[in-house]
Amino acid sequence: MSEITPSQTVGPFFAYGLTPKGRCDWDPNGSYSWKNTVESNLVTPDASGTRIHIEGTVFDGDGKPINDCMIEIWQADSQGRYASPGANRALPNTKFKGFGRSATDKAGVYAFDTIKPGSVAGPGGKPQAPHIVVCIFSRGMLRQVYTRLYFDDEPGNASDPILNMVPADRRGTLIAHKQPGADNQYRFDIRVQGGDETVFFDI
Amino acid sequence: MSLIYPKKSLEAYPKHLSPGYKSTVKRSPSKPLMIVPHTLSELTGPVYGHDAVQENDNDLTKQHKGEPLGERIVVHGHVLDEDKRPVPNALVELWQANACGRYVHNVDQHPAPLDPNFTGAGRTVTDAKGYYKFITVKPGAYPWGNHHNAWRPNHIHFSVFGHSFLSRLVTQMYFPGDYLFPYDPIFNSVLDEKARARMISTFDLENTVPDWALAFRFDIVLRGREATPLDNDEH
Ligand SMILES: [Fe+3]
Repeated sequence: MSEITPSQTVGPFFAYGLTPKGRCDWDPNGSYSWKNTVESNLVTPDASGTRIHIEGTVFDGDGKPINDCMIEIWQADSQGRYASPGANRALPNTKFKGFGRSATDKAGVYAFDTIKPGSVAGPGGKPQAPHIVVCIFSRGMLRQVYTRLYFDDEPGNASDPILNMVPADRRGTLIAHKQPGADNQYRFDIRVQGGDETVFFDI
Repeated sequence: MSLIYPKKSLEAYPKHLSPGYKSTVKRSPSKPLMIVPHTLSELTGPVYGHDAVQENDNDLTKQHKGEPLGERIVVHGHVLDEDKRPVPNALVELWQANACGRYVHNVDQHPAPLDPNFTGAGRTVTDAKGYYKFITVKPGAYPWGNHHNAWRPNHIHFSVFGHSFLSRLVTQMYFPGDYLFPYDPIFNSVLDEKARARMISTFDLENTVPDWALAFRFDIVLRGREATPLDNDEH
């Protein structure tokens, strides 16, 4: 029998420990700031590919923004390779980690600057459309939830094996929308509960 | 090479909706979670080496000019996977209230003093044996608004990375024998008594440092077990 350690909520006070220079203003004087281990800007000087900005609001079941949420993202580099030793692959952009963390601000908004990921192999070796794994932690969440972010300008979405498992009427909750006029800016709102609830994965 | 992640063990985790903890009511998914296969995207995960942490990041009593008030304690243990094998080079982050039960976060305004010599955030990376160690002070209990006369048991928040993004864990470490356990809906959101006990550290006399600090041991077991080869076309 497994002796796994159970999950508990991240609570409302994580910001000074996990996202010290995050977007919420828990410490207006900056007197307790220290160096971030994980940034919301994933772009490194050696990272190839298209720079993108992702931004969105996290909503609760009443449609109210969640202002004490932590979002983590995990993604491949522009060539579809994860910077994980377990992946047993040569690191193309050695400094590009593909991992980021953002707190939501007073308006429930998180944001990341990163590189558009390349395609990664999926079940049966079939290519997956470019996507980012998104993990959501919050006060009121006793365990994190996982979702995925896909891009509305990727033709590969139509044949993505994971996206195709999601009922068509809910697939839209996983799509980030490129903003008109702006340079590679995408909007990806997350609804943790309700009629238009984001699809979360049991993985 | 990758790892297999059974889901059975996740039954020990709290349910998303746990109404005794009121904030879960509007912040838990209401639709069934979708079962999808684990792909490389889930089976890989970030790694943070020793370059990510600085000296004294694991000693919360040395981050300011003076010593913080409170009972100095050592909190240490191993990060393991479900087969009880060590997880080396794992980033372990923690945050906590001060000895009076007050967080430096400006949302915490309950009338207990802040300590100018204590922030309450620490981090370290496990060694080759999965071992980690922090020096800090014992956090106080604090009130919260969940229900009338609600107080959280003494606890330290932990954030841990494992072999993959699926083994990512945020949890809380409790102290043995806390009289607030029966009244805390967060602690009791873990329904199985044995699983709850795994969040409680044990008093460690052997590693208690005479005339200096009490020690508590807290082992953390993450998702993941036997390593098996994983090809792209074989899931
Ligand atoms: Fe707490």
